[in-house]
Amino acid sequence: MKNQTVLNLAINILIFFLLSSISASRISFGETQASLIAQGKKIAFNRKKGNCLACHAIKGGSLPGNIGPPLINMRDRYPDKEQLQTQIWDPTQYNQHSIMPPFGKHEILTKEELDKVVEFVYSL
Amino acid sequence: MKKSYYLLIICLTSVISTPGQTTPENDRSAYQNYFKQKFPSIELKEFINGIYILDSSLREYWEAIEEFPPYETAIEEGEIAFNNHKILKQCFPKATQGIVQNYPHFDRNTAQVITLPLAINTCLAKHGKPELDYQQNTIIQMLAYLTYQSRGKRIATKIPSAAAKNAYDKGMEFYYARRGQLNLACAHCHVDNAGQRMRAELLSPGLGQPSHFPVYRAKWGGMGSLHRQFERCNKRVRAKPFDLQSEEYRNLEYFLTYMSNGLTWNGPSVRD
Ligand code: HEC
Ligand code: HEC
Repeated sequence: MKNQTVLNLAINILIFFLLSSISASRISFGETQASLIAQGKKIAFNRKKGNCLACHAIKGGSLPGNIGPPLINMRDRYPDKEQLQTQIWDPTQYNQHSIMPPFGKHEILTKEELDKVVEFVYSL
Repeated sequence: MKKSYYLLIICLTSVISTPGQTTPENDRSAYQNYFKQKFPSIELKEFINGIYILDSSLREYWEAIEEFPPYETAIEEGEIAFNNHKILKQCFPKATQGIVQNYPHFDRNTAQVITLPLAINTCLAKHGKPELDYQQNTIIQMLAYLTYQSRGKRIATKIPSAAAKNAYDKGMEFYYARRGQLNLACAHCHVDNAGQRMRAELLSPGLGQPSHFPVYRAKWGGMGSLHRQFERCNKRVRAKPFDLQSEEYRNLEYFLTYMSNGLTWNGPSVRD
């Protein structure tokens, strides 16, 4: 009987930690989708971070380069968001000769930053 | 038979923008043909003018600057500095007739690529004089002066031996290798994407690039050497740059200059 309560307690504690670690690994509750997109935009436009405008025309950005295609209609181009993530993480997975830098693989952006950029690009 | 074989090589090399394991001469013609095809309306000899062959309004602006070129004082100061180093006049007796066209060359004795700045310092060191700092104005002004004497001469880099070919190969490897956090090779920007814009900057074709150094850049607040440009472009992709006049950069210069054989020396110059 006593053993049973100890076990219950242990399971509860375990569940508590599991849940709290999941919510910590997610972006905190207060952040809305709109704010994620806005943060992603900042990272994408920042010359020291994404600097995506070096190569892509993007709505809201001035003096873009023209090495890559304009980033528009991303939802149509990428029904699978995962593939968009991969293109930004390591474009050489799709095109061995890609000139686009591997933002995730080479740690140009952190995982969190990259996720936010994906949200932003997906909104275009 | 021989002729059709030759034609086949031309066809193959003009499809592949990366020169293969062929002879330097085949590499060079493939490289030049690539740019001829990419920019059919631009004459080959124009490629010494970098980004200004790509945009007529930029070109007008540049031609206006060239009327009172900001590198003029560097030429004058360079002449004075050169003449003040008496020993240099002994080492380079033909300086006033132009010697830039003799560099870079492969030196059989030391088995390395000799560039003009290295030759200047080697001369000074050999005669017990202090060497010049490759980053400082004195040597860059001397280069401006010496380069000016060679204006209009033909670029005719030679690869006279297997050892020289080896240095050339290393330069070529450097040129096509991805590097830095941004994972880009020289050729990505100056071959594949020449003529495109990276943000607001036009990417100049690799062909002709070494012809007009040192260059005056307002961004630099003065003149810079070809190796300073290599350093700049390495840093652009967040790669660790090599030392000016390092073996890596000299081999790169050797390869790049060979690719421009047949064009003319046109330094010093001014770039945005
Ligand atoms: C140095 C140039 C360069 C930079 C910087 C760059 N890209 Fe790209 N990008 C390209 C090129 C070229 C392509 C075309 C496909 C390929 O070669 O990978 C591309 C393709 C893409 C695509 C696929 C577009 C489509 O329609 O299929 C997306 C999405 C993308 N880039 C997003 C980004 C984002 C986000 C950033 C910044 C975090 C970025 N890119 C920075 C050059 C660049
Ligand atoms: C990320 C793009 C990029 C890469 C990679 C790059 N460059 Fe550049 N480079 C530029 C830009 C932009 C300029 C300034 C505009 C111009 O003249 O092309 C430039 C300028 C130059 C110039 C001066 C051109 C002139 O007419 O004065 C030389 C020479 C040069 N680069 C050589 C190299 C070499 C060699 C490498 C490899 C080690 C390299 N670049 C890699 C972007 C790049």
